[in-house]
Amino acid sequence: MEKRNLTCIRCPLGCSLVVTIDGDNIDVTGNTCKRGYDYGVKEVTNPTRVVTTTVPVSDGVDLRVSCKTSGDVPKDKMIDVIKDLTEVSINAPVAIGDVIKANVANTGIDIVATKNVSKKKSNLKATEVPKHEYKKAI
Amino acid sequence: MRECDLVIIGGGPAGLAAAISAFDSGIKDILILERDKELGGILNQCIHNGFGLHTFKEELTGPEYASRFIDKVLERKIEYKLGTMVIDISKDKEVVAINPEEGLFHIKAKAVILAMGCRERSRGALNIPGYRPAGIFSAGTAQRLVNMEGYLPGREVVILGSGDIGLIMARRMTYEGAKVKVVAELMPYSGGLKRNIVQCLDDYDIPLKLSHTVIDIQGKERVTGVTIAEVDNTGKPIKGTEETYSCDTLLLSVGLIPENELSEMAGVELGITSGPIVNESLETNVPGIFACGNVLHVHDLVDYVSEEAGFAGKSAAHFIEDQKKFEDKGIEIQINTGDKVRYTVPKTVHPDIMEDEITVRLRTTNVFKNVYLNCYAGDKRIVHRKRPVIAPGEMENFQLKKEDIKDLKAEEIITVAFEEE
Amino acid sequence: MYDVVIIGAGVSGSAIARELSRYKVNVLVLEKNEDVCSGTSKANSGIVHAGHDATPGSLMAKLNVEGSQMMEELSKELDFAYERNGSMILCFDKKDFNKLQDLYDNGIKNGVKNMEIIYKDEIKKLEPNLTDNVYAALYSKDGGIVDPFGLNIAMAENAATNGVKFEFNAPVVKIEKGNGYWAIDTDKEIIKTKCIVNAAGVFADTIHNMVSKDKMEIIPRKGEYYLLDKSIGKFTNATIFQLPTAYGKGILITPTAHGNMLIGPTANDIPDKEGTNTTREGLDEVALKSMVSSEIVPLRKVITSFAGLRAHLKSHDFVIEEVEGCDGFFDAAGIESPGLTSSPAIGKMVGEMIQKKLHLEENPEFDGKRKDILNPKNLTEEEYEELIKEKPAYGHVICRCERVTEGEILDAIHRPLGAKSLDGIKRRTRAGSGRCQAGFCSPRVMEILSRELNIDQSEITKSGGDSKIIFGTDKDAYRRAN
Repeated sequence: MEKRNLTCIRCPLGCSLVVTIDGDNIDVTGNTCKRGYDYGVKEVTNPTRVVTTTVPVSDGVDLRVSCKTSGDVPKDKMIDVIKDLTEVSINAPVAIGDVIKANVANTGIDIVATKNVSKKKSNLKATEVPKHEYKKAI
Repeated sequence: MRECDLVIIGGGPAGLAAAISAFDSGIKDILILERDKELGGILNQCIHNGFGLHTFKEELTGPEYASRFIDKVLERKIEYKLGTMVIDISKDKEVVAINPEEGLFHIKAKAVILAMGCRERSRGALNIPGYRPAGIFSAGTAQRLVNMEGYLPGREVVILGSGDIGLIMARRMTYEGAKVKVVAELMPYSGGLKRNIVQCLDDYDIPLKLSHTVIDIQGKERVTGVTIAEVDNTGKPIKGTEETYSCDTLLLSVGLIPENELSEMAGVELGITSGPIVNESLETNVPGIFACGNVLHVHDLVDYVSEEAGFAGKSAAHFIEDQKKFEDKGIEIQINTGDKVRYTVPKTVHPDIMEDEITVRLRTTNVFKNVYLNCYAGDKRIVHRKRPVIAPGEMENFQLKKEDIKDLKAEEIITVAFEEE
Repeated sequence: MYDVVIIGAGVSGSAIARELSRYKVNVLVLEKNEDVCSGTSKANSGIVHAGHDATPGSLMAKLNVEGSQMMEELSKELDFAYERNGSMILCFDKKDFNKLQDLYDNGIKNGVKNMEIIYKDEIKKLEPNLTDNVYAALYSKDGGIVDPFGLNIAMAENAATNGVKFEFNAPVVKIEKGNGYWAIDTDKEIIKTKCIVNAAGVFADTIHNMVSKDKMEIIPRKGEYYLLDKSIGKFTNATIFQLPTAYGKGILITPTAHGNMLIGPTANDIPDKEGTNTTREGLDEVALKSMVSSEIVPLRKVITSFAGLRAHLKSHDFVIEEVEGCDGFFDAAGIESPGLTSSPAIGKMVGEMIQKKLHLEENPEFDGKRKDILNPKNLTEEEYEELIKEKPAYGHVICRCERVTEGEILDAIHRPLGAKSLDGIKRRTRAGSGRCQAGFCSPRVMEILSRELNIDQSEITKSGGDSKIIFGTDKDAYRRAN
């Protein structure tokens, strides 16, 4: 029998969970809701996370677009997800929910945009350099 | 001079929610002034998820959360100006702002909502001795560099302070290929949310050293190392506990300070939160100037910011529609901070004009277990709620009912405390 | 071949450069850092001393009083922040009164004007925040404050405009005597010159010892400071010194030329000429001793701390002379406090020495006027509105704490000897010197520097050298591994 102390992260309450693993029997105590129970079980059997990062945008009003995995990925795949995005970029416009990379790191989960990035208007107005009455330094 | 019913200073989560709520309460002539190039405020750089559980019952990232509110502002065709800096507000609610397109302009408002947010405490304010090389960033600055611009501000990182942004950045920097060596926290408890400690440190085996602080910074050009030491219960470093980490970056996540230089220009009085002292309508001492969000007090969840700002928007709308009611508020009752309570927002209530029920938000002074949140109206206990764990990093709240306090006399007070029973 | 090479672009070197630009002469300034005002000149009290401290008859006394008297006019000519706010030396104990009287007498001998000794009631009337424990004070109405960056940068810019060349990142590693010239090795090139002026601050001994048999030793004397938030307002009007007591030299409290409050400095001799780190002990000493002058110093309002190094010589006097046996090699060494005050006079003195040496003719094209970066905060609303219409960049606020606009930053980059780093921008415009200490504005300033100088953001530094701000882009570590 194995006991693991976890902090539930399903909501800000942060309940202290004790998960008891006895073969196939898993028991969770310390939770105050069903979500906490599920979290406890999942965390010891198949821990998963949502991964968030950014990728470069071409031609957009922003340099980067934020993105996330459209669902949970296994905890031990998190860095693989990031690595699979090293060469990925996207053209503006981008809308929230747009798929940036399908089946990222073979997880079956997509990377989707979490921000709208519109296309850059031709040329951003160049701010004028103040002119001075000085002789140029040589 | 342009006139406007409601000017909202700041287009972040607080300003957006306030605008939507004021609009829905019947005020259509609203102007949001935002200094950045887009609406959404700091949420735009908070690309991690975990926002909106309370409001939308789902986990959103910062930009997604912001976009829900931005969409509502756009749907309502509420006017906003970007790249616009407010440089002055007067007591009679004349706002002076500048932007590159329109130059310098004045707006006379019937009501103003302050929603400017907060800034991070800097290294200087902490008096950390040592050199002043490149490579010392506040966590939020690093967050902007990484998340908005895609730069890596360091490869080997020590973090001082376990505030939420610091924890989030520990994970972000790790994701993007940096090595976070340690997080040192001066207090014996973390200032951040538990879920962030689990997801941002524990997941990556990043050690969190409580009761530790940075006592020296090495490196003349770029940071080359940081020395941390354990502190005693007065916060003084203990000799012999020094450990030096070689690193190129020191991130600071050591607290947020409401940014109220503008508020002070308008004669707004500030309190213990470093934000304005407000009444039950979130109105400051200057009639018609309201405050909400992190400019009022630093929140840990944006959901609460939206909720609070929504209420400020509604209050401002009521003010604009019926200034008379606000002029004669009836008796004023103080809310006192009792045992283990650092502050409450609001600080005063006027039972005669308050809504049937308002939210009181508060923070405790330390970590306590198995206490009760008690609120007394005069001698009578009107709120009694068990709290298994309370911590300064997690905001508490309760509903204060008009019914419970309507019979209080002017000299009586409301007291909020965390008690053993 | 140059006529003159000045080593060091601090306040002395820049003052000398400007004075020399009055003549028809070919001058080069070599600076080991990336910008002017990067050593001792950037970290000091910013005080214009009236001149009662220095020993009567010393060169220090002479140049201090001269410099102090030149400062106001110079500030108008070169457009930098200067204010004659007055200074007080506080005496807390009747027993020490004779020392205060001695300083007054010194002042008279040195030619200081407008001094008087005042007592508690009047002190408290002028400076209500000071302690009740004060007994008397030497009040010098001619004492002042100056923006040390502003003074240094203005003189350098004006020198450059009048034809002086500047080379940065050019440390002098060797100097050799040729036939009628000096050969300076900067590791990159050998530069030939008729004359050399050694204005190398704490490194002036290193430079001197490259050519002279009579060895010099400069001891870096560290001074640590606290800088406090502008929101305090004027805590004191005058600069408040303490009379040295048995407990050592006192700590001063002063407004800065930009409206902050400054307290410090300590005085500790250290071995490291780049040891500009603050220490716990030093900062604690500043806090503690400042409380002697006022028990209510608002230490909670500290926004930053820093340390500077004074270039101290054992003889404690300026050494400004042509070095014996080294024809054409001039020292401007041991320039410690009141060096900032004295700098205009040092410039003048060295300028005249070299004029005589090389028989220089006047430069008819010399223009001693220089305009500082336009600060919209000094304009009326109407003028400001007009300015933004004409130049929209002045409507774009970059640094919110000090309200610095993109227009000012562009100006700082594109004027002569323009800023190349975050600190360069900060010293010229104050962007990043406010209460958030560059938290909000640094990424934006980096963006502007990158765009205007046409360099990658990863090349941008805090203050030159290896002080780079970022290490490439995210996920680079994985790309490298691939």
